[in-house]
Amino acid sequence: MKILVCISKSPDTTSKVAFTDGNTKFDENGVQYIVNPYDEWYALVRGLELKEANGGTVSIVTVGTNQDDAVIRKALAIGADDATRIDAEPTDAYFVAMQIAELAKEGSYDMILTGKETINYNGSQVGGMISEAIDLPFVSLASKMDVDGTKVTLETEIAGGVQVVEVQFPAVISCAKGMAEQRIPNMRGIMAARTKPLNVIAPTEVTPLTTYEGYTLPDAKSACKMIDPNNMDELVQLLHQEAKVI
Amino acid sequence: MSTLVYINSRDGLAKTAYEAITYGKKLGQEVIALTSGSADDALLSKLGEYGASKVLVDRSIQSDDPQQLTRLIASAVDSESANTVIFSHDLVAKAVAPRLSVRLKAGLISGAIDVPTGDTIKVNVFSGKAFGNVKINSSKKIISLLPNSFQPEENGSSCSVEEYNGNAGDAKITLLETKKPEGEIPLPEAEIVVSAGRGLKGSENWGMIEDLAKELGAATACSRPVADIGWRPHHEHVGQTGVAIRPNLYIAAGISGAIQHLAGVNGSKVIVVINTDEEAPFFKAADYGVLGDAFEVIPKLTEAIKKFKASN
Ligand SMILES: Cc1cc2nc3c(=O)[nH]c(=O)nc-3n(C[C@H](O)[C@H](O)[C@H](O)COP(=O)(O)OP(=O)(O)OC[C@H]3O[C@@H](n4cnc5c(N)ncnc54)[C@H](O)[C@@H]3O)c2cc1C
Ligand SMILES: Nc1ncnc2c1ncn2[C@@H]1O[C@H](COP(=O)(O)O)[C@@H](O)[C@H]1O
Repeated sequence: MKILVCISKSPDTTSKVAFTDGNTKFDENGVQYIVNPYDEWYALVRGLELKEANGGTVSIVTVGTNQDDAVIRKALAIGADDATRIDAEPTDAYFVAMQIAELAKEGSYDMILTGKETINYNGSQVGGMISEAIDLPFVSLASKMDVDGTKVTLETEIAGGVQVVEVQFPAVISCAKGMAEQRIPNMRGIMAARTKPLNVIAPTEVTPLTTYEGYTLPDAKSACKMIDPNNMDELVQLLHQEAKVI
Repeated sequence: MSTLVYINSRDGLAKTAYEAITYGKKLGQEVIALTSGSADDALLSKLGEYGASKVLVDRSIQSDDPQQLTRLIASAVDSESANTVIFSHDLVAKAVAPRLSVRLKAGLISGAIDVPTGDTIKVNVFSGKAFGNVKINSSKKIISLLPNSFQPEENGSSCSVEEYNGNAGDAKITLLETKKPEGEIPLPEAEIVVSAGRGLKGSENWGMIEDLAKELGAATACSRPVADIGWRPHHEHVGQTGVAIRPNLYIAAGISGAIQHLAGVNGSKVIVVINTDEEAPFFKAADYGVLGDAFEVIPKLTEAIKKFKASN
């Protein structure tokens, strides 16, 4: 099996969210970058498990600048065989997906795995876009995946439940919680990652379809109104008359 | 030019369908609804009451295969001269809208929470911790609307339902089974959500949460560790790695309010927090707080709701 896992970096989940340059840029001051949790915990680890069971390779790809090399090395330390970084600022999901599609066309992968979404832009866009660009089936938000020959059986989230679907290789799959358990890289993995191949390639020419013009932060919440635990009638009246939600 | 709204009618029409039509109407062009499957005409014609001038339905498509739906929508964009496509940002849209974006070379905005101002649209980013203003550079546009961002508005008109053939080709994905608990309100659509965390100590204590939810007509949810330990099913887990919700009212009992939990619920209009620890971070994100033991407060709240309903 040849598996390609799409990895992006994202700010640590506890990062303070602030903006600079007249609210047009994310303020990276003091921000720690991690491998986007969905990409690492679910897509990459499930990919590695399938390789361990069936043989094959797990390659990773990132569209980003050399600032991303540290998170790529981390993904290699968890066990991926090699990495490709497409050397460009990931301006929008379409730009990213078209870059990865170019690589995927060359590589004849059985399976392309992405995370459910990036935790900064939450677009859930890149996987579906890759699949259309190379005309493959796309199973989105899979929480379970089993492979038997060239047949893949998956559980995916639907509103208020799950559904079970089947698809043939090759396919693009976005991975959500349930797929696998987080793996902590060990010392051997970290050492090995230093010498694994990280190929840097030039991007192809793509014009982004969307542009982020600026950001705003939500209005600060007004102070929380404390209610006496023995007076739930008061809470109900407030929810009815003041908040108008019941 | 027209606006095409793709409606997911597989399980009937959800409130989000009317929200999407209402949003489409606000863009000022003729609104055409498109759907697939076997929902009956009488039901589908209700979309007219919210502003659709007609409903197109392709009855040959019976599942949500993203490739088929992409071809269907692309075909209708062509035949109806649409320059804008609207989705409700549900699980079908998450699979189909990105494909359609590539097929049409149309910029996609997912998670829109407002109508356009000038040429930008406001979206949720950083898991609800900030908003972004996004501009679409292409002439065709796709907007996927976050559920519960708009109240549906009826305008009393009606519309026709027409059969449509999108030449959608074969499905590549085979649906084997759907597992769905009966009679529950799907979390993303619920207007009121009652949620509980590790403070409840064990699955056997969820009866009082279900009672309160039943009294309020609410859906139930939980924090991540609660789903991880197996006290509650995984689809109830809300937060950064679970479902993101934006109900009108979110009641959280025995949940500390970690930043990753807040990421999935901070779009709620009103938040009530019940916690024994006055230092619990959740109080900072709450509108109303009750410092007290959930085991005492929840049953009292349920009684108070009953009394309120009886007197109204
Ligand atoms: C990358 C990442 C992603 C994550 N994603 C999510 C996510 O999507 N959703 C999520 O929920 N978490 C998520 N988490 C976990 C999150 O950080 C917290 O650990 C989790 O939300 C805590 O759950 P809790 O509030 O139920 O439990 P606890 O933190 O243990 O809090 C229990 C609370 O109950 C209160 N309490 C105790 N007894 C009572 C009583 N009798 N009455 C009233 N109150 C009582 C306590 O004061 C305390 O505040 C994530 C973590 C990481 C690192
Ligand atoms: N810059 C990137 N490089 C490689 N993969 C990415 C990049 N951005 C997003 N992805 C992948 O696409 C998934 C969905 O991202 P998004 O559409 O931004 O929510 C992520 O979970 C990653 O697997």
